[in-house]
Amino acid sequence: MSAVDLTQFHKTFFEESREGLDAMEAALLALDSGATDHELVHTIFRAAHSIKGGAATFGFADVAAFTHVAESLLEEVRSERRAVDSGLIEVLLRSVDCMRAMLERSSQGQPVADAESEALRVELVQLVSGEVAAPAVAAASMVAPVSGWNIAFTALPHLLQTGNDPLRLFRELQQLGRLEVVRAFVTDSAPAQLAELDPSQCHLGWELRLHGAVARADIDAVFDWLDGDCELTIAPLAEVAVVGAAAPATSGSPPAATGTPRPVRETAAATGAGTSGEGSSIRVGIDKVDALINMMGELVITQSMLSDIGEKFELSQLGRLRDGLVQLERTTRELQESVMRIRMLPIGSVFNRFPRLVHDLERKLDKRVKLELHGEHTELDKTVLEKIGDPLVHLVRNAIDHGLESPAQRKAAGKSETGTLKLNAYHEGGNIVVQISDDGAGLNHAAIVAKAQQRGLIAAGQELSDAEVAELIFQPGFSTAAQATDLSGRGVGMDVVRRNVRDLGGSVGVRSVSGKGSTFTITLPLTLAIIDGLVTAVGSERYIVPLTSIVESLRLRADAVRRIAGGGEVFHFRDEYLPIMRLHRAFACNDAVTDIEHGIVVVIEEDGRRVGLLVDDLLGQQQAVVKSLEAHYRRVQGISGATILSDGSVALIVDVGGVVRLGQRSKAA
Amino acid sequence: MYEDPMYEDKRATAPPLQQLTFSLADEEYGVDILAVREIRSWSRVTRIPQTPDYVLGVLNLRGAIVPIMDLRLRFGLQRESYGDDTVVIIVAIAERLFGIVVDAVSDVVDIDPAAIKPVPDMGAVVDTRYLKGLATYAERMVMLLDVEKLMRPEDVETLDAALPAIQEVEVAA
Repeated sequence: MSAVDLTQFHKTFFEESREGLDAMEAALLALDSGATDHELVHTIFRAAHSIKGGAATFGFADVAAFTHVAESLLEEVRSERRAVDSGLIEVLLRSVDCMRAMLERSSQGQPVADAESEALRVELVQLVSGEVAAPAVAAASMVAPVSGWNIAFTALPHLLQTGNDPLRLFRELQQLGRLEVVRAFVTDSAPAQLAELDPSQCHLGWELRLHGAVARADIDAVFDWLDGDCELTIAPLAEVAVVGAAAPATSGSPPAATGTPRPVRETAAATGAGTSGEGSSIRVGIDKVDALINMMGELVITQSMLSDIGEKFELSQLGRLRDGLVQLERTTRELQESVMRIRMLPIGSVFNRFPRLVHDLERKLDKRVKLELHGEHTELDKTVLEKIGDPLVHLVRNAIDHGLESPAQRKAAGKSETGTLKLNAYHEGGNIVVQISDDGAGLNHAAIVAKAQQRGLIAAGQELSDAEVAELIFQPGFSTAAQATDLSGRGVGMDVVRRNVRDLGGSVGVRSVSGKGSTFTITLPLTLAIIDGLVTAVGSERYIVPLTSIVESLRLRADAVRRIAGGGEVFHFRDEYLPIMRLHRAFACNDAVTDIEHGIVVVIEEDGRRVGLLVDDLLGQQQAVVKSLEAHYRRVQGISGATILSDGSVALIVDVGGVVRLGQRSKAA
Repeated sequence: MYEDPMYEDKRATAPPLQQLTFSLADEEYGVDILAVREIRSWSRVTRIPQTPDYVLGVLNLRGAIVPIMDLRLRFGLQRESYGDDTVVIIVAIAERLFGIVVDAVSDVVDIDPAAIKPVPDMGAVVDTRYLKGLATYAERMVMLLDVEKLMRPEDVETLDAALPAIQEVEVAA
């Protein structure tokens, strides 16, 4: 066989398999909620089948072996030999988790099979009706206690054409144990006359006996390539099936042999986190690419028209020139939009993980939840999308764990036993808004206040408005869970959610009505590549301050500024004294306004700390396309990037956090 | 035995190095033409805080933010003014772009690698760290710039400078 480097396809295989598993999961959940659609079963089967095929092709034998068993089970469902019940779906969902973990491990080059996957594989084998004898394997997990296998292997005529070679198979089998050929025969498909024999066809069959303690999975792995190219039956050697204590276990308690079902696990979250380090790629709809090409074509036409005018320009052509420029401007703008759209992906890819999460949480917490998803097609920047997943998962968990009541409590409160959890995404202005709302009990005002007092966040007897109480839950280390379940109260609180969202340039807030439920609203910028900024002048330089961090801009009177020991300057702003940070000093600009009275102080906030930034003047508001300084230079403290102004010159973007820290250091010095 | 007639040929004359030569304070320097992306006239740059004085700032090169370094300042010389006849050579090393401000661009010359002489130790008078070697072309001496070293951030250089001292300490210990 020619040495094709298969590793180059691995990344695609993993990506496609992940998508396949997502599709399987979604279809399984749909089946679970009562849909009896043949197409759903087919979807699940197809996904499993292609993962198996891919895994075998790329040499992930363990994954292939596992998926093969899962596929056999699915085949029974597909051919309606097995009814779909919640138990089966539970097993299959766990198999999906397991395959996901196995793929994750193989993509990182770690050993693929572990005790858990092996136990689950055995459980699946037991479920597959045709292999009732096989559960003998279950008694010991990894090593089969069988002393051998009967293998009946009949090649279909086209076997050789698919690149398979029976001799290679036998060699591989020989490596597993002692191989005995009981009988070799010519199949009925062989032509009667030797002259008619096509040498590229195979008309042979074998009855083989493989002696030794060989795991079924290993044999399956050998034959995995031959799916559809041969007739194959594998059975344990007859005498083994009756030997020992394994037999009673078969009839007794099938799945229980492998122990209690696993509790709901964090597999989904774990795999999500694991993928972030890989080189990322984007799948772009062909329509988007086509739109780009169209636009490009127009641009070329406009360009040739303009250069045509330029070559032999006469004043009479002024009108045509103007038309050309207008067209150029329009095409350029459209091109810019199309390019940005390539980075935009629907939020549905994040929403899709929630049906499973909710399904698992329902069982674990014994609650009944109806999940409603709206606005899955709302698109946002890939970078934002990747980082919003975890905060959303946290909010959904919180809503089910703390927000929604148990069915009994809900009944007592006169509500439907099934709680509703709604996820909604939509565009609003230049932002995207994601809402997570539940119809649960709402924030527990009294409990939050009590907890805050206990933590010393507020003074005893302090009266708080609803909004202030809601704000408390975003404080670090704040959790009101009466008992810390393993779902929430693991130290990852709402403060982390808020920080993550802030890192993306967004904000998160909550509205709650006691007894009616609460709504968390996350507002995010459409893209990280463009920010809304305030253009300020300092000397001859222009600096851009991100609009989201600006609290207020004001002109100070000289007497409003106090000097404190050590040379720092502070001013009074809404009940607190804020340090003044002279931007011209921090960035060493010449010709800047040094007299505070003649400059403007922009109050900026980062992580609750505020600083007054002294600039010469405000020049206006502008959308700035963020460019990296590091691409060709290096990181500069206090600067988060650069952008290009309409006159083609470069303006630096102020890193608010960095400047606040700079200000504090100079105060400390 | 098979002999490649071309083989001997190639050894005798290694491909000449094409250098873009420019003048700086009456001296002639050369930079590898393969590293040069473009030559442009001076335009105003945006200053960056917390950078050494020889990094004048950044400018917009078709959407890329490119730092500009004045070679005179880098070599400890004075720069009188920046005007329309000031020239910026944009060079690229490993996809990273930066511009160097020089007095004037002269020529593209072929230099025989065999004719490149090592830089003599001139003590503290001339900073020879950024030179790859000296070459003679048409009776003139051309100093070949080591662009990669020019681009390295100064903290790496500080480390490099400190390294011999550290090693000495280690040997002594």
